[in-house]
Amino acid sequence: MKSREYQQIDPQALPTPVRTPPHDHPQAGGGDGRKEPRRTPRRKWEVFPGKNRFFCDGRIMMARQSGVFPLTLGLILVTSGLFFIFDCPFLVKHLTGCIPAIGGVLFVFVLVTLLQTSFTDPGILPRATPEEAVDVERQIDDTGNTSYRPPPRTKEVLINQQVIKLKYCFTCKMFRPPRTSHCSLCDNCVERFDHHCPWVGNCVGKRNYRFFYTFIVSLSFLTAFIFGCVTTHLALRAQGGKGLVFALKESPGSAVELAICFFSVWSILGLSGFHTYLVASNLTTNEDIKGSWSGKSGEGVTNPYSHKNIFINCCSVLCAPMPPSLIDRRGLVPAEESAQTSGMDTERPKLNNKSEMNVVGGSLHLVFDVQESCSDFSLLLNQTKTVPLPARSLVACYSPNTVSVCFPVSECCVKVTPLCAVFQLLSKVCIDHAFYWVWLVVFYGVHQAQLLVCLHQAYIMEGNCLSFNKSTEITVFHCSFV
Amino acid sequence: MTHSLQDMRQQAAVAAKVFVQRDYTSGTMCQFQTKFPSELETKIDKQQFEETIRTLNNLYAEAEKLGSQSFIEGCLACLTAYTVFLCMETHYEKVLKKIAKYIQEQNDKIYAPRGLLLTDPIERGLRVIEITIYEDRSFTR
Repeated sequence: MKSREYQQIDPQALPTPVRTPPHDHPQAGGGDGRKEPRRTPRRKWEVFPGKNRFFCDGRIMMARQSGVFPLTLGLILVTSGLFFIFDCPFLVKHLTGCIPAIGGVLFVFVLVTLLQTSFTDPGILPRATPEEAVDVERQIDDTGNTSYRPPPRTKEVLINQQVIKLKYCFTCKMFRPPRTSHCSLCDNCVERFDHHCPWVGNCVGKRNYRFFYTFIVSLSFLTAFIFGCVTTHLALRAQGGKGLVFALKESPGSAVELAICFFSVWSILGLSGFHTYLVASNLTTNEDIKGSWSGKSGEGVTNPYSHKNIFINCCSVLCAPMPPSLIDRRGLVPAEESAQTSGMDTERPKLNNKSEMNVVGGSLHLVFDVQESCSDFSLLLNQTKTVPLPARSLVACYSPNTVSVCFPVSECCVKVTPLCAVFQLLSKVCIDHAFYWVWLVVFYGVHQAQLLVCLHQAYIMEGNCLSFNKSTEITVFHCSFV
Repeated sequence: MTHSLQDMRQQAAVAAKVFVQRDYTSGTMCQFQTKFPSELETKIDKQQFEETIRTLNNLYAEAEKLGSQSFIEGCLACLTAYTVFLCMETHYEKVLKKIAKYIQEQNDKIYAPRGLLLTDPIERGLRVIEITIYEDRSFTR
């Protein structure tokens, strides 16, 4: 969405409609006796709103942009492979058999911790439910209807006698806990956010920081070890006045290893040293870069999370109990939210028991309760004419679950041939800080005209076809009037 | 969830939801505010509510505690390149199960008879304790 208009939703603005009390969730195939195929329940990772990729049915996850993770993996595998092929045989013969053993252990360590860093949930906070967001909204003073983005909201808390500001996250609709940061690449709030590492293709946060630290420490050992072994190998070969060039010609793989190790060992050692300092003082890269506790903003600002003891700090970062993953990737989406297929081809849409219409003084006032959420269906519409509705029909939200649309009646009674439909983009609306496009779709049957208002976050229009692909969420309201 | 709770959920209407937020005064540890929400004044005893929250806070503190046991577990895990996490249930998860049982027990004994329902915070990402208040009417349509 390029241009976003932020509209404050004022629930008192429109006349309160008659609200039907919520009934039980209607069974699929409700009134008309049609048996609808119940879709298999989806797992939560399939509807996850962040920019992540999931594999093995939600067991493994990564950031959407894998960055240079294949390069990292490739370099490690290539260098280690060359080491075992070219250097080990020579060194075993001339020195000791421990060398491939040590190298093997280090290699396994590096690989395992790298995969764990990349594939583990870094500590993602799931987004707030709509009810929570409304509750938080209520606790903040509203300045009334404004047409621009409201100022960033902060909340102050006292942690260990220090005032910490908690920021409100507009994407996740909640106040971020301390030390939590929103990663723009992954579009998630991550607890104890350290940094987003392109080398591992994932964020580094509370849950995978120990894997990351072990990875870089063991990688620096491995790199230093290989570097040392290759140097020894070449030195031994070049003995007796044969020269370095001769040694390199005999073992060409060593040259590659030497180059890779030489250029990477300094940065990896530097990174390990830096993170050892962070662990010892219980800091995150994010805080260190921003200088949150360095005292440049004021005096007496110390890190409130540090235990003032290096050993305890190290323990709390590396040996603390492993926190659970909060996003429950493999859980099933609850039945109320799971998709229901409704035959939306040319059959008439089902009557929505919860909706009602009033014709109020020349305008049609429709109230829908959120009842169904469909995805993966396409409306094939015979578009003969689009209804010239006003550019911005009055749309307001009374509660997170009810939408009211109000537009002039005369403009919606368009004479078209039966069984055709017209559609029109009604408005952009902001509900609970998320932006939706409101579509009006009208089906004219032989005896009944049926109206659909689609609330959709992103849309694809090709010719006459309005389609919603699987990954987008739409809410469809059905209504029927004679 | 007991059968009666299920019935109640299907028949009763949700009047309101109260959210007990996190308490960050002792740092990033998972603790919840013990402040008694005004919406529950007519529904439940203040002492009872605070007792529930306090017990939950103690349980979460136990889960995150840096004791000798967690230190040994952490060192062992590090030596095995953290592969033990793939096979073993962590200490935190064990305590979470205890918490789930405690919440169910509280719901059955104290909250359901008063038309309230506690939601396990883990289902809300440990952000809030959600208390659902059901409408005060008899369970008939």
